[in-house]
Amino acid sequence: MNTAVNILSLGIPFSVALLIASLGEMFNQRSGVFNLGCEGIMAMGAFLGMLVPYSVGHGGPTAEIYNVLGLLLAMGVGALFGTLFGLVVVTFRAPEGIAGIGLQMFGVGVAGTLFRHFIGGTQSVIGIDRTPIPLLSAIPIIGPIFFSHNVVVYLAFLFVPLSWYILFKTPWGLRVRAVGTNPRAADSIGINVNRVRYQALAVGGALAGLAGAYLSLCQAKMFSDGIIAGRGFIAVALVYFGHWHPVKIMGGALLFSLAQSLQLAIQGQGIAFPYEFAVMLPYVLVIVVLAFSRESQLLGPSALGKPFNREKRI
Amino acid sequence: MTKHFKLIYKITIIALAIAAAMGAGSIILLSIGADVAKTYLVILLEPLKSTLQISEVLLRAIPLSIIALGISVAYRSGIINIGAEGQMMMGILGTTMVALSLPTLPKVILIPLAILTGALFGGAWGFIAGILRAKLQVSELLSTVMLNYIAAQFYTFMLRGPFLDPAEKTLGGAGTPQSMRLTRNLWLTRFIPRTRLHTGLFIALALAAFIYFLLWKTDFGYKMRASGASGRAARYGGISVAWYLVVSMVISGAFAGIAGAIEVAGVHRRALEGITAGYGFSGIVVALFGGLSPIGIIPASFFFGLLIVGSDMTQRLVGVPANMINVLQGIIILVIVATKMILADPYLAERVWRWYQRRCTVRAEVEA
Repeated sequence: MNTAVNILSLGIPFSVALLIASLGEMFNQRSGVFNLGCEGIMAMGAFLGMLVPYSVGHGGPTAEIYNVLGLLLAMGVGALFGTLFGLVVVTFRAPEGIAGIGLQMFGVGVAGTLFRHFIGGTQSVIGIDRTPIPLLSAIPIIGPIFFSHNVVVYLAFLFVPLSWYILFKTPWGLRVRAVGTNPRAADSIGINVNRVRYQALAVGGALAGLAGAYLSLCQAKMFSDGIIAGRGFIAVALVYFGHWHPVKIMGGALLFSLAQSLQLAIQGQGIAFPYEFAVMLPYVLVIVVLAFSRESQLLGPSALGKPFNREKRI
Repeated sequence: MTKHFKLIYKITIIALAIAAAMGAGSIILLSIGADVAKTYLVILLEPLKSTLQISEVLLRAIPLSIIALGISVAYRSGIINIGAEGQMMMGILGTTMVALSLPTLPKVILIPLAILTGALFGGAWGFIAGILRAKLQVSELLSTVMLNYIAAQFYTFMLRGPFLDPAEKTLGGAGTPQSMRLTRNLWLTRFIPRTRLHTGLFIALALAAFIYFLLWKTDFGYKMRASGASGRAARYGGISVAWYLVVSMVISGAFAGIAGAIEVAGVHRRALEGITAGYGFSGIVVALFGGLSPIGIIPASFFFGLLIVGSDMTQRLVGVPANMINVLQGIIILVIVATKMILADPYLAERVWRWYQRRCTVRAEVEA
């Protein structure tokens, strides 16, 4: 019983980076843009997120402000690079897959370069601590699982209904879905297709940046070159797995993180199982999940990966 | 549009693209307070200052060109292989396995056998992504990335376990995860004294010729390119597109495997961590930069070999971390794909042409 509670209460914070990044990627893909550069934006977010508290705020009562500034900086830069990616794939209509790989290499490179210059070695930050919600966290079983995490965890799960509402109940959400499904029809009723795609890319970039900053500020409390470890790509796969729907994406993110915390628990029990194979598990799971969800690809936005050209005759 | 205008248009766009790439790199360099001009000069010129450095550039061009050749075959067949890094690791494991188990074989048999085993292992790793795409529509972009992570873990596992150097074992698990020094019979000859440049260079050139022949001089290559250029049209023409996707991915993986085999046999002479050193990703940039053809890939691999050796020197000479190479490669990919689309856009060229003509008439009126 205790072990189960431990696994679950570990698994939920693990899922947050995946969840936030996938929700961002969902907005990208709903608008018709496939952003494989998520990993790169996350890397930059992870570095910038910890840079602010590392360089200015060493503890004290102001530490929280610098943490928030770090998160905001990561989001801002993420939005900026989402938009710049838009320049390449929306305005210039470059193929999205290979351009995304370019953004990934760029982002990981920038994070690595700046990290070596500004920080250098393994340095930890105080980061964002857990804030158990009073009263609720005292409930047995449910308390430790759901109500004793850090603020970003609660925020991430608030993003799920919020992004559902934005996507399905607001005019902007409708526009995003319209340009991702039938850009020509959207264009004919006066929606600026490329502008909406840029907006979606900025939102997706900001969320990817936040997801990265979460990893460095809340989860690892430090930065290292391999901190993202493919989570950006897993986030993209989760969008397919979650049928481009926030709630199903949350389910996917939880499934992945529970698998991860289960694997840690198994290792903790001292069961002889090569460490490397345990680390492989989530990546194998991605391939298996993608292989068995091919029908779901039919449910995807029909203009996904197709740049829109107003001037082109059909 | 006149021919003259078209040429100037093309040159201007490419010049702007180079300026944009260098400009974007400069912003990152400025943000770490580096001397921009000096950094670029170090990266581009420093490696050309001695025979030893040039041989190091060529040494890196060998795996880069082989991997890029493989990636270009896949790309032309309509499948993007980002998994060269993992395929290369599998190739290294295959080669190491052969060399460890048959160390007494004569050189003429062992080297081809080891390289072919490397190709087989790399090809098998590529096959997984190919078959997943062909049969289950799994995006190769995601599956190859995942296979990279899986291969990396498997590679470490093999180096820490079955392939671990007996000498390291005596250290009680605290030693470096690497294999023992492989048999001399596997070593490729280093043909310039006091450098590490090895005969793998000629293997790379031979493979480039092979790919050129395969893609442009055979029926098989034509069908591959047709599947990549337009899957629907190719299927209508009776070509089994799915089959060519799988085959091209196997070839692509096999080439990455060969690159790994040659790195082991020529440079490191044992399997250890970090042999792949990002070659799998740089290979993508080399393939794109070389215009996805062997004729372009050979100079492109030299150029990126230069960038890699150059960036290794920036830390010491101008205080810029070697990770800058990733930044440059990322920018180069983004700029290449964007530039290609701009050049291929007839509407844009038309608009610029009209604008140019208007300006000409206005100027003529003013002068008259």
